[in-house]
Amino acid sequence: MQVSVYRYDPDVDEAPEMRDMSIELPEGKELMVLDLLERLKEQDPSLSYRRSCREGVCGSDGINMNGLNGLACITPVSQVAKRGKLTLRPLPGLPVIRDLVVDMSQFFDQFEKVRPYLINDQPPPAQERLQSPEERAELDGLYECILCGCCSTACPSFWWNPDKFVGPAGLLQAYRFLADSRDTASAERLRDLEDPFSVFRCRGIMNCVNVCPKGLNPTRAIGKIRGLLVKQGT
Amino acid sequence: MAALRKLEFDGLIVGGGGAGLRAALELAQSGLQTAVISKVFPTRSHTVSAQGGITCAIASEDPDDDWRWHMYDTVKGSDYIGDQDAIEYMCSEGPQAVFELEHMGLPFSRTESGRIYQRPFGGQSKDYGKGGQAARTCAAADRTGHALLHTLYQANVKSGATFLNEWFAVDLVKNQDGAVAGVIAIEIETGDVVYVASRATVLATGGAGRIYASTTNALMNTGDGVGMALRAGFPVQDIEMWQFHPTGIAGAGVLVTEGCRGEGGYLINKDGERFMERYAPTAKDLAGRDVVARSMIIEILEGRGCGEAGDHVLLKLDHLGETVLNSRLPGILELSRTFAHADPVRQPIPVVPTCHYMMGGIPTQVRGQALTQDEAGQDQAIEGLYAAGEAACVSVHGANRLGGNSLLDLIVFGRAAGLHIEQAVRQGISRREASESDLEAAFARLARWNASSSGESVAALKRELQNCMQASFGVFRTEEHMRKGIETLKGLRERINRAHLPDKSNAFNTARLEALELDNLFEVAYATAIAAEARRESRGAHAREDHQQRDDENWLCHSLYFPDDERVAKRTVNFQPATVPVFEPMERKY
Repeated sequence: MQVSVYRYDPDVDEAPEMRDMSIELPEGKELMVLDLLERLKEQDPSLSYRRSCREGVCGSDGINMNGLNGLACITPVSQVAKRGKLTLRPLPGLPVIRDLVVDMSQFFDQFEKVRPYLINDQPPPAQERLQSPEERAELDGLYECILCGCCSTACPSFWWNPDKFVGPAGLLQAYRFLADSRDTASAERLRDLEDPFSVFRCRGIMNCVNVCPKGLNPTRAIGKIRGLLVKQGT
Repeated sequence: MAALRKLEFDGLIVGGGGAGLRAALELAQSGLQTAVISKVFPTRSHTVSAQGGITCAIASEDPDDDWRWHMYDTVKGSDYIGDQDAIEYMCSEGPQAVFELEHMGLPFSRTESGRIYQRPFGGQSKDYGKGGQAARTCAAADRTGHALLHTLYQANVKSGATFLNEWFAVDLVKNQDGAVAGVIAIEIETGDVVYVASRATVLATGGAGRIYASTTNALMNTGDGVGMALRAGFPVQDIEMWQFHPTGIAGAGVLVTEGCRGEGGYLINKDGERFMERYAPTAKDLAGRDVVARSMIIEILEGRGCGEAGDHVLLKLDHLGETVLNSRLPGILELSRTFAHADPVRQPIPVVPTCHYMMGGIPTQVRGQALTQDEAGQDQAIEGLYAAGEAACVSVHGANRLGGNSLLDLIVFGRAAGLHIEQAVRQGISRREASESDLEAAFARLARWNASSSGESVAALKRELQNCMQASFGVFRTEEHMRKGIETLKGLRERINRAHLPDKSNAFNTARLEALELDNLFEVAYATAIAAEARRESRGAHAREDHQQRDDENWLCHSLYFPDDERVAKRTVNFQPATVPVFEPMERKY
């Protein structure tokens, strides 16, 4: 099969280029895109990409496969290859360090901006803080985010304003803490988000929902934040 | 040697997983200059893959639960070579450490009364084994490690530790007094080599499951900290003790949590028989992991395995119903559908024992400082060096770890190391100086790879190493196979020393990292082989067909492997808990 891979080494290449590599696929065995990359790296050890858990939970290997963002380790080659051809690029919209490795600083800056940690102004009890199963269920679909960056780098609003629009991943985190019955900083959290960019640059394009490898729905979380902001404003 | 960039800290933590982040949090909150070196962004660390939970007697499911019962189970699970002072510390400090995580925001699953949800796990009992199965494992669905790691990272964002993310620690810098002064590290993005000096260095680099061909471990679990310690001439303890998790997905190696069996799932052979009833009549599928793994291998070897090749057994979950599976085991449904093409709601999951956890590691005191032995065989603390988590051997797991005890180990002993270092720095431990030649020694192997001009490839040598370990040092071991394995490894050492790194570029050079990781894998594998051959008995995870009995007379002790002369010494197990009567060795039955 033909694999076209984005290659760029800042020390030697003036500009990035797409380079074709060919590889024999084993009969009767399903390969994930990460397995394919590992085999390509045996052919050419200079090919660089991130990877670790190889089971879709660490979030290292978000890349763009035939135009769609996803995790290489849980995406079967057969699912993304078209007519025996596969094009692999780094996640779009972020500076490329080398080959499929992007600089995620902007992504993590936005993550940190939402104060992604529990704030509770009461002294902690001797045991755990109580939370009912119903209150805890509010966090489902939010806490599972693996920070792979697939959503934010598929978002045109994030491409335009990566410094000002928090982006779907950061906003999902923001709502994860707004929704937590143990957090007491909702008012401050909302105040940090009420400017025209942080939340309101979301145009409801929903690319984030389409690509999330964990099946999460950042657009819904953003809608809930907007609802809270409206409620607070009235 | 050209002028070298140097950074200086009070506390340096190598590794950004659960143990490293917990230690970092303790130090950063105390106001000390703290840095974490992590070869991946911290939330990518392997703690993220832990599923089922963190075992701790918080008395939520059972208001009468008692940390002493947890201690009893852990001592028995260790097959009596876990140190009882360390186990006592872990089990008694555990509740406080778990509540701290909850206060940081960890999204634990909840009971109707709003407390933390706990599920049954293997090897758990009430009333010192006399009160039946306990439910002691605190869980966030089946994503407890993910929830724990992210919570700890979030808390660190708040506390302001310095993160050197995507930096790779190459080797320890050891001075002429034998003290550790920091590490040599590569900033991966640029390829720059930096001397990171610190008053105290904590190795929290996790396990090395990738020494085996079939493992649940992440690709990056290459034993970097243990490799660094061995190259610096420091010993490792009980390194022959490797846990094979009963339920790795056949073929893929991906972990399926013991929580599946805790929630009521069970194993069946090709006849549909629930075979664990024969091997462990009381605990059945929730016997110790070593016991279940051996039983599965026996089923397969005796022709009762499943599938065309008869090379696995099945984990049945469908009887639990879709609602329970969706709420308690959502991650397992995802993994099984992706990697086994089996939907557990309807079909059983094909599973096989798979390398999972390194019980051994860098020997440490209860408070985290690394140990060696002096010439008289007495414990001697290593100045400047600490270890915590899977890289360390404190030892709470002995010859077999209980499920849910690794996450507890990380946070209790990560915290303990942080507390101890804080105290030591406040008391004014001096900064240890390193000379030019000390630094050059730490540079040696990096320089070797950078100068290589021909030789075999890293990928091919790694595969050979993994196959050798799988064939000769697996679930069952014999003298003959181990001897052959050791010979193969000796040959591999020579070949790895002459192997070739073709890509010498600077920016994000992952080929260079994989070469450096191969050295670490080799060090761990070789130490495992020598220690496994030396321990002539069967205990916990170390099962020898030529020495099938436990031998308390000769081997109720730790093994200590010294790299410089490839010697295996013995070290006394601690049988002196401070607040409870000692648990005397007994026959281990489930």
